[in-house]
Amino acid sequence: MSHDAVLSARHLTRHYQIKGGTFSKPATVKALNEASFELYPGQTLAVVGESGCGKSTLARVLTMIEPPTSGELTIGGHHVSLKEGQRPPAELRREVQIIFQNPYGSLNPRKTVATMLEEPLRLNRREMSAAERRDKALEMIAKVGLRPEHADRYPHMFSGGQRQRIAIARALMLNPRILVLDEPVSALDLSIQAQVLNLLADLQDEFGLAYVFISHDLSVVRRIADDVIVMYFGQPVETGPAEAVFTTPRHPYTQALFSATPVADPNRQRERVKLKGEPPSPLSPPPGCPFAPRCHLATEECVKIDPPLETVAEGVKVACIHVDEAMARYAGVGAR
Amino acid sequence: MALLDIEGLSVRFQTSSGLFAAVEDVDIRVDRGEVWSIVGESGSGKSVSMLATMGLLPWTAQVTADKMAFDGQDLQHLSARERRRIVGGEMSMIFQEPMTSLNPCFTVGTQIDEMIKQHKGGNRKERRERALDLLAQVGIPDPARRIKAYPHQLSGGMSQRVMIAMAISCDPRLLIADEPTTALDVTIQAQILELLLTLQEETGMALILITHDMGVVAETAKNVIVQYAGRQVEKQEVKSLFANPRHPYTEALLSALPERAMGQDRLPTIPGVVPGQHDRPTGCLFNPRCQYVTEHCRQVEPVAAPGDPARTLCHYPLGNPGDAATPDDVSPRDASPGDAPPVSRDPHATQPEVRP
Repeated sequence: MSHDAVLSARHLTRHYQIKGGTFSKPATVKALNEASFELYPGQTLAVVGESGCGKSTLARVLTMIEPPTSGELTIGGHHVSLKEGQRPPAELRREVQIIFQNPYGSLNPRKTVATMLEEPLRLNRREMSAAERRDKALEMIAKVGLRPEHADRYPHMFSGGQRQRIAIARALMLNPRILVLDEPVSALDLSIQAQVLNLLADLQDEFGLAYVFISHDLSVVRRIADDVIVMYFGQPVETGPAEAVFTTPRHPYTQALFSATPVADPNRQRERVKLKGEPPSPLSPPPGCPFAPRCHLATEECVKIDPPLETVAEGVKVACIHVDEAMARYAGVGAR
Repeated sequence: MALLDIEGLSVRFQTSSGLFAAVEDVDIRVDRGEVWSIVGESGSGKSVSMLATMGLLPWTAQVTADKMAFDGQDLQHLSARERRRIVGGEMSMIFQEPMTSLNPCFTVGTQIDEMIKQHKGGNRKERRERALDLLAQVGIPDPARRIKAYPHQLSGGMSQRVMIAMAISCDPRLLIADEPTTALDVTIQAQILELLLTLQEETGMALILITHDMGVVAETAKNVIVQYAGRQVEKQEVKSLFANPRHPYTEALLSALPERAMGQDRLPTIPGVVPGQHDRPTGCLFNPRCQYVTEHCRQVEPVAAPGDPARTLCHYPLGNPGDAATPDDVSPRDASPGDAPPVSRDPHATQPEVRP
């Protein structure tokens, strides 16, 4: 399978060292632990989880902003081996682009749209003339649904949705194959969110882009994802095809996350899989399964071992030793 | 007599380029023990209208209203001292960003104590007992230790619990929650919403929940007001709003929800953006984005039809007025019938099926 994957990750791990201060000991924060997946052209892989679960760390590792502490990353058949502080080769950097959550913060307020769009070309495509760059920028502006007269305006003259379109246009200037979208629509209003999601779907069809879609909004994820990774405390706890994960969530955390998400249907009566407490502090991780302190199924065994991901159904992997019980309970609640 | 009774509330701001109407002609009537929700996108004036009610807007805001009463007391002609007695005590509010709403320089105990001291009095020991009770009531583990914590030592969910403890410390009869869970994760959001509803049931206070999330509306409120560009476009019971939206904006908003558009290749969208200060259209404010727009909409500002319980701000409301269900006490404030449109058109002819 991996021969046609545009990106593959094997046991990607990223740890951060925290320096000790006068009163505190040095510590290691395990921001990302053992993430493995494959990404195919034209497909969307969604990464869901709450804040602090390592979603954005994953984005930074995939875009080679930071090297992984351990694990293998292969992009377009090239093995990426980076050391701390080393820059990845330019041809790989061109393949992966990122779009950030906040379109107000990710655009330079002192540059016009055209300047921003031409900048990647100026740096990476030296052979292009100024006129060619301008044409390419205008073409991309039209592709993302803006008008030609927008080219010479500054970011403050645009609304949030339009700015996100500019960020998308900028990311696509070098014809990447992979787009990492870090909460691309969560700062936008509902009516604008639909416009941007449709634009992303159109662009994916046109260019065959592979998306890594990081989000906490499950209704959005369910709509656009082909595959899903559910993360908790830096670790994938459930992975699989989106349809399978959404119809039958198997990990107790996935179940709790799904049932906590408000659904816009006032007639639906349901019982929640309730979660007590909050995610643990990364500086003092709990022993065993990181979800155990909040899990309603936790037993003594859960505190002893940190369960690895195991295949439990067609393409679905779950990291839980009580997965059968979790599914039986969930079916009993009849949440979906 | 309604607990909170507001009619014709308008808020205008003097800006360098003229007067900007952030809120126009908003009516809100909330009874004891009711749960209302105000829903709208950014710039719809949902927060500003509630801040005006609380008297928390800066002096640059020009607040006018035909009627603005809390429990029979006229809020517009109160002295500052009298207003302070009501605000925070009988009518209190929690905000979107719990981290920035708390004072970083004082412990949470001090901040809760300040509220109780101002409004209820009592000696130090009694106030401390009360603060500990409150922290326990909002579900903070180990209150005796947490009462000494500074805001930066608490997570977002915990800070919001502290804000709620402060807000309910003086047994308010009305609690306004302005996007209380927007900054929080979904599992924490579920906890906080449940806490608010439990407290509401236990104390019988009225609750106004400002949100942009239709899912939160569906799961918490009984009645809902939809705002668009500072106008109140529709007011209904939640169930009937989701089943029979009366305003084209509500209908479009509901069909743009990803979960309602399953199986469709692309999401139905609302074209364009919410009008800002400088591009307010003439006639109906929604007309540039409306799929049912006619020439009449572009020229004449709509008023709610007399006898429409949902008070839909549209020339051609969708569905039948009988479909709309509102609480009995919503008195339709009659509009001048002369503005009724001459043409009657059935918008259902082109209306897509939006029911799930």
